[in-house]
Amino acid sequence: MPTAYPEDSVGLVTPQQLHFSEPLELACGRSLADYTLVYETYGTLNADRSNAVLVCHALSGHHHAAGYHSAEDRKPGWWDSCIGPGKAVDTRKFFVVSLNNLGGCNGSTGPASHNPQTGQPFGADFPVVTVEDWVHSQARLADALGIAQWAAVIGGSLGGMQAMQWAISYPERIRHCMAIASAPALSAQNIAFNEVARQAILTDPQYHDGHFIAKGVIPKRGLMLARMVGHITYLSDDSMGEKFGHRRKNEQLNFDVHSVEFQVESYLRYQGQEFSERFDANTYLLMTKALDYFDPAGKYDGDLTRTLADVQADFCVISFTTDWRFSPARSREIADALIAAQKNVCYLEIDAPQGHDAFLIPIPRYIQAFSSYMNRITF
Amino acid sequence: MRADLDIIQEWIPAGSRVLDLGCGDGDLLYWLRENKQVTGYGLEIDPKQIANCVDKGINVIEQDLDQGLGNFASNSFDVVVMTQSLQALRYPDKVLREMLRVGRTCIITFPNFAHWRCRWYLATKGRMPVSEFLPYTWYNTPNIHFCTFRDFEALCREMQVSVRDHLAVDHQHRDSLISRLWPNLMGEIGIYRVSGPAHAE
Repeated sequence: MPTAYPEDSVGLVTPQQLHFSEPLELACGRSLADYTLVYETYGTLNADRSNAVLVCHALSGHHHAAGYHSAEDRKPGWWDSCIGPGKAVDTRKFFVVSLNNLGGCNGSTGPASHNPQTGQPFGADFPVVTVEDWVHSQARLADALGIAQWAAVIGGSLGGMQAMQWAISYPERIRHCMAIASAPALSAQNIAFNEVARQAILTDPQYHDGHFIAKGVIPKRGLMLARMVGHITYLSDDSMGEKFGHRRKNEQLNFDVHSVEFQVESYLRYQGQEFSERFDANTYLLMTKALDYFDPAGKYDGDLTRTLADVQADFCVISFTTDWRFSPARSREIADALIAAQKNVCYLEIDAPQGHDAFLIPIPRYIQAFSSYMNRITF
Repeated sequence: MRADLDIIQEWIPAGSRVLDLGCGDGDLLYWLRENKQVTGYGLEIDPKQIANCVDKGINVIEQDLDQGLGNFASNSFDVVVMTQSLQALRYPDKVLREMLRVGRTCIITFPNFAHWRCRWYLATKGRMPVSEFLPYTWYNTPNIHFCTFRDFEALCREMQVSVRDHLAVDHQHRDSLISRLWPNLMGEIGIYRVSGPAHAE
């Protein structure tokens, strides 16, 4: 029975998976003997396989970027505002691939997967994966799909880091790189927030050194706290102020430190709660580590210009004015290094009040620029 | 292409690297890329203009000139162009110095406040000149640092900047005998090609 989805939606999508049995050497020195990647595709790959776009997800993202898994789905994929027929990433033009990264908890091999060596879930034994490792695994996915070169690799935040890494690691396999609300490396403040999040999980009594699945529990409180602190950094002071202000749930103060009195408390607890029920604690730890470790210029004495010297892709770098997690100054570092390396780059600083989350929100100027850039990609 | 850009492009050698400050919709860089194999970047702050640049495939960087050009290496461009923006800058002298640091040659265009119509307006009405070409009133104008050709040339001398070429044209960018004879009186727009002491030919 056909169900009506919005006209600019990719509609019903079914995740696919591919198993890779060739071992993947990881930056940590360990390797994964074999692994599975879950992905979705939208649109149609053209005859000469030149219209493929890779979408890379951020910290808590996954392969389900657009469309619906069932007619009952309340919400579409996480980047549905930008992917679909007639949208910024126009699926009438592009063949879009979106995967769940290694170490994830949405179907790709990760800490909750079965470890063939122990017969138990990997848990904390899952190797620490880096952005580079992800890009190498994505390259194998591209090989399997017959995509020799991406028309574009795009991503926001941690996803933007992957897009950048693609341009560095596989210069001949990517024609356009779109890094949105991203950074060439984390700041000390970023790492500090990640560390608070990790400590919240690691010190939860239910964490059990990362082997909580075997014990039949989850470190819910730790995950909830991690998400709460993370969530604060994704919003701006203004957007929180507008959304919650000093508003209380009830007129009366309780003079009680346990109860939820302010709306912002209630919102954060809800966000944390909801997240702790759907996300794996070990995956969260891995994702924050991947963020912390990302530093492509590290191999070049911190010289980002030299790091980007062999890049062939044209870049589009976008930041948002109130993003203090990955501030415009960090995006400008990327743009400046690209200019110094004499690469093609557009840099846009979108005036938006939503903070880091802005990259997920259909802000007119952002969407227009995103669409314009994608429109000019020819194949 | 805008008439002044047509004049400017003649001063830009084929294959050069160009930085266009206040590049607008990217027309100049587009034309130079298509016709003279020029590469480079345009700086702009107007979202609409930036969008036009993105559409054309121009390397556009959202950047406020008043924040300086600290992110550009010295001598990293052959030509730095700035059309019709000098008078709207907070620190025109500092930007000029920065342009000369970043580029070997700079091309600058700006309206001449000593044009006879401005003088006549001020002399007869005793008020800040408003015209079709410069339609703003004093309190809402983006043009906060008007100058005359003589003022600009004095600044160049002060900064040891050599003027390599100079053209005085009317607001439709037409060159005429009369504006050549009395540029500071008859010229509406000045087009200057300058270079710093380090690049004196």
